[in-house]
Amino acid sequence: MARTSRRNVPFASNPLLRVKLPAYRSQLMMLLVAIAFVALGARAVWLQVFSQTFLQKQGEMRYAKTIELPASRGKILDRNGVVLASSLPARAVWAVPEEVEATPAQLAALSKLLGLSERELRRKLADEDRSFVYLKRQVDAEVAERVAALQIAGVHQQREYKRYYPQGETIAHVVGFTNVEDVGQEGIELARNPDLAGRSGSRRVIRDRLGRVIEDVEAVREPHNGRDLALSIDSKIQFLAFDALREAVRENKAKAGAAVVLDVHTGEILALANWPTYNPNQRGQLSGAQLRNRVITDTFEPGSTMKPFTIALALETGQVTPGTVIQTAPGRLTIGPNTIGDAHAYGPLTVEQIIQKSSNVGTAKIALNMPAQKMWEMYTALGLGQAPRIGFPGAVAGRVRPYRSWRPIEQATMSYGYGLSVSLLQLARAYTVFANDGELVPLSMFKVDGAPEGYRVIKTQTARAVRHMLEMAAGPGGTAPQAQISGYRVAGKTGTAHKRDGGRYVGKYVASFVGFAPASAPRVIVAVMIDEPSAGKYYGGLVSAPVFARIAGDTLRTLRVPPDAPLARLNVPAEPVKESL
Amino acid sequence: MVRANIVLAAALLLCALGLVTSQHRARKFFVDLERAQAQAAQHEVRWNQLQLEQTALAKASLIDARARRDLAMQPVSAERTLYLMFDPVARVARVGTPLAEPQAAGRRPAAPAHRTGGR
Repeated sequence: MARTSRRNVPFASNPLLRVKLPAYRSQLMMLLVAIAFVALGARAVWLQVFSQTFLQKQGEMRYAKTIELPASRGKILDRNGVVLASSLPARAVWAVPEEVEATPAQLAALSKLLGLSERELRRKLADEDRSFVYLKRQVDAEVAERVAALQIAGVHQQREYKRYYPQGETIAHVVGFTNVEDVGQEGIELARNPDLAGRSGSRRVIRDRLGRVIEDVEAVREPHNGRDLALSIDSKIQFLAFDALREAVRENKAKAGAAVVLDVHTGEILALANWPTYNPNQRGQLSGAQLRNRVITDTFEPGSTMKPFTIALALETGQVTPGTVIQTAPGRLTIGPNTIGDAHAYGPLTVEQIIQKSSNVGTAKIALNMPAQKMWEMYTALGLGQAPRIGFPGAVAGRVRPYRSWRPIEQATMSYGYGLSVSLLQLARAYTVFANDGELVPLSMFKVDGAPEGYRVIKTQTARAVRHMLEMAAGPGGTAPQAQISGYRVAGKTGTAHKRDGGRYVGKYVASFVGFAPASAPRVIVAVMIDEPSAGKYYGGLVSAPVFARIAGDTLRTLRVPPDAPLARLNVPAEPVKESL
Repeated sequence: MVRANIVLAAALLLCALGLVTSQHRARKFFVDLERAQAQAAQHEVRWNQLQLEQTALAKASLIDARARRDLAMQPVSAERTLYLMFDPVARVARVGTPLAEPQAAGRRPAAPAHRTGGR
């Protein structure tokens, strides 16, 4: 059978087939194919199992993208919603130096748009080693668009925010400013940075081949914009205070000045002005003197503005009454090796007159009859020696030494404001006890709803009695007749203090005035401090009291407080009572 | 059996087409939404910008300078102020000096109206 088939199908009986191939060859072939399959399988496992996450990521990178959703910084507003600080989108223009290809004309146009000199621009672009250089940051959106229109290769833009301060120098010290990274550096911008900054969000999207967003992949993480903050400042009153202060500093050729306006009932700071100041929109060169918020961070020896507290304590303990007569003649008082004196020898004065004429001797005599501890307790209760908690950076505590270390002469000088230091804000706050019928009110830099809980320091009738004395001091027979305002009764106290330089008192002064109006039902407290007036006048009654009158009068009219005095011409004597230094 | 297959195939085709259309529409709406959101953001920016501009133009220092320099206005002074006092009996406002008569307790006097000379 086999033979037949061989014969019948000769081609199947190819002699080649009869050649016996060694078995190992086919086996080798099989093995090779098997190895190839194993390799394929292993590769598949490698890709599918071990590199899966990497590959999936790579794939996703080609169609999915995470987009940052920037949160805008909150606005700072005044109590009436006027914008004090607000952010607008801006661009940062940057370049890759080695990729930049620009014609000279393009470079010229770019330098002009960015406000850089062409040389500076070339210098920035010359550094080929760097792969990134900011040409300019915080470029206005409009300018940025025109830069983009130049279409220079290698010049790119990046979104950012720019902060604007429309009120400028008027309120610079309160609001502060941010740096280019949108982080607060000074003032409220620094103090409330976490609230203002907000939190940026993000979303993950799929894009088509043209880069258009087609759909969200995951839930969007919403950006949380920064909160808007409403300050207690009234920008109108702020301007009035600032303007009055600026003029007074110029007129008196003073080194600096500060003023603060408080709402008596709520403790809100309605205005806080400083001179010198700066423009927060252009912060090219700033000096420390310009940046200093003197109301809060500068302490000074208050001088006579402290006398009312000494008198209030004496009234409170029943040691004196407003009518008690104290002998101040001969106008000087010797305590141990030291002698203190008055500007004039007044002779016998009632307690009321001591405040009105600002007699050092009278005040010291009253103070020396009181235990030092009581005085210290009074000062501490008034918040002296402790930094006011107003949520503002740099608030200082001032200095009140512990009463155990007081010598009698120190107790005497402290009673009229030497030997302790306070900030203007502390002083203004302390005066709330007189304006607010004996209660000290907590201060606030932010808008307050309803009157906050006060803290009683002295009795109502004591506060009223001192108020009457302060009204006399700010009247025709007092040290500050220029503090009078037509239409309103005012009360207040002058302070003229020698400045210390290297431990000795020198011929430089701090002229201050703290007062409130209307005296019948106080509404605002205004404190003014002029540092080193050098145009001849240096008494608080001549330098600071007119500033007080201007600020308080304008403020009361702005707040529409009904007048409590006839609109008569003011009685301002040519030569007011000289204050004792 | 064949008929059922045809019906099912047709249904499948319809579903597929429906899916395509709905996906297309979803994307279109999404794009519209995106655009609207971008517009809202733009309006917000614009609003902020206008608010800033308004504040800058209504700045007290600017108004003060304008009033003094360009309009030759002067600050309020007692001599040129006319106070209108509310008379509760006749229920009219009268020109008067405040505190010419003592204020009745518990009653807030009407806010004073200033007449400031602009000329």
